[in-house]
Amino acid sequence: MKPKTIKKLHEVRRKIATAIIFAFFFGICTVFVMPTVLTFTNSLMSKSEIAANYGQIFSSVAGDAKTYVAGETNLKLIPDMISFSQYENVLLKNPQYLFKFWNSVILTVPIVIFQIIVALFAAYGFARFSGKLRSIIFFSYVILMLMPYQVTLVPNYLVSNWLGILDTRLAIILPGIFSPFAVFILTKFMRRIPPAMIEAAKLDGAGELQIFTRICVPMSKSIIYSVAILIFIDYWNMVEQPLVLLSNADMQPLSVFLSQINAGDAALAFAVATIYMVIPLLIFLYSEDYIIEGVSYSGGVKG
Amino acid sequence: MTKKKVKKGRRERLDRAKTCGFIAPSFIGAAVFYILPFFVVGYYAVIDNIISREFVGVQNFVNLFNNSIFRMAAKNTALFSAIAVPLAVIIPLLFAILLMRKMPCGSVFKTILISPLMVPTASVVLIWEVLFHYEGTINNFLLHFGIDRIDFFKSDWCLLVIVCLFLWKNIGYNMILFMAALANIPKDITEACMLDGAGPVRVFFKIKLPYIFSSVLFVTILSLINSFKIFREVYLMTGDYPYEKLYTLQHFMNNTFKSLDYQKLSAAAIILCAVMIVIIGILFIIDDKVGRDIE
Repeated sequence: MKPKTIKKLHEVRRKIATAIIFAFFFGICTVFVMPTVLTFTNSLMSKSEIAANYGQIFSSVAGDAKTYVAGETNLKLIPDMISFSQYENVLLKNPQYLFKFWNSVILTVPIVIFQIIVALFAAYGFARFSGKLRSIIFFSYVILMLMPYQVTLVPNYLVSNWLGILDTRLAIILPGIFSPFAVFILTKFMRRIPPAMIEAAKLDGAGELQIFTRICVPMSKSIIYSVAILIFIDYWNMVEQPLVLLSNADMQPLSVFLSQINAGDAALAFAVATIYMVIPLLIFLYSEDYIIEGVSYSGGVKG
Repeated sequence: MTKKKVKKGRRERLDRAKTCGFIAPSFIGAAVFYILPFFVVGYYAVIDNIISREFVGVQNFVNLFNNSIFRMAAKNTALFSAIAVPLAVIIPLLFAILLMRKMPCGSVFKTILISPLMVPTASVVLIWEVLFHYEGTINNFLLHFGIDRIDFFKSDWCLLVIVCLFLWKNIGYNMILFMAALANIPKDITEACMLDGAGPVRVFFKIKLPYIFSSVLFVTILSLINSFKIFREVYLMTGDYPYEKLYTLQHFMNNTFKSLDYQKLSAAAIILCAVMIVIIGILFIIDDKVGRDIE
């Protein structure tokens, strides 16, 4: 064969391979995006439509709706009629959901802000100061970061009990603030700040605090944003901590309460679920690159 | 000369003290909320109860291993992790390699695969219930093909279901990590091998895999930790006392917290901590050995 035809053959093979891979990902992605999309579209159904479609599943559908119950479950992508009645129900008629939503906010936001502040100082310390003690402390942070909740919740519980903050929001917020995740990533980032820059600032007479606030923090801006998002998602989705540390049902975040919405309110639950996931999803759409940067930095324990 | 040296030494010490000051707030917090109470947990694990405080050695651990509920929870969690973790490493690695290729909509695919990371578990649980319920969509679909209904949450199928839910949520994060690692491989090395006539499969196993081996191990550790979080899906769908194959370690811990049995809790936490340290330690040692081989 002429070299030209071989080249052409390669080209065709390449194209076919790309087409197969494209089809593969198209299928996978359709499956992947479905649960999120279905939750959203189902929130736009009226109560009777939900009852008609899922009556079998959320079995004890309350009172009047029962007459509409159909024989078969019918998962629908697009509602017969778009209705905002569930949102109206959640936002205007059932303030308890908004209270739970507020609980989630009031637990998550302080953790994000203070974990970042505490971690920034610590990361600067770890990145600037080398020695045996530093290595031991940092290593203990890494080990701590790698421990599942089943291990860390027991010490958290004991301390909260001693301090008398069990069943208050502080029992979740305080351990959250000192969780080592942000320290780990920020340290990895700050180590890459060229030492020459810091030396130069020192020669100009800058103190440690000035180097920290004028050089290191401004340079870490994008990674701070990335870490903040990752911490936010993590705590927005928390389930284990409130179950153990916050037995007072009034203070529990929406992530726990959502499953306790009783069957009669299934229609409402879709609207609440959508409201709850809209915030992280919007953050995601606007700052996907930051999230990818943050996740990439979390890779590799040594560093 | 010596005077200068002394001065320098003192300055260094001062610098050190200052930098220690930066670490202090974080370290004190971590010590108070995690590290110090953990030693108390260790102490609680070897005494008979918190009132008489008599030393009983390994008795609490023996009791725990004789506890059938703990054994069941540990077995279920271990089985789930043993199935889910390897899949959560292999599938994202495959996806990452395929997505490195130039292809239309490549970045859209990437975005969609990452998106479950952002969706709170509680929000999608409703859809999982509709899908996997006895009267649910999947069963209705199977019925069209003459397959009997499967009770997904009360049979051995439950393991398959939670593995799928776990993969849905975790593939994205692991994929990002692999993509970052793959992007760090110097292009000239792989290109040189291709010129020498090595096929893409050979290049992957001989060059790329050793290069990203640290990342593979890290993703393994991360997935292992995340596999314990499958409790969220199980709890939100089936509550405190699910079908016995779905009873995870976190269920056991939660229910023990309710009865305030400190000895049981402490012993369980210590055991799990020890198991994690052993597993992570082994992976670190492997990483070290392989790392040295590459260099």
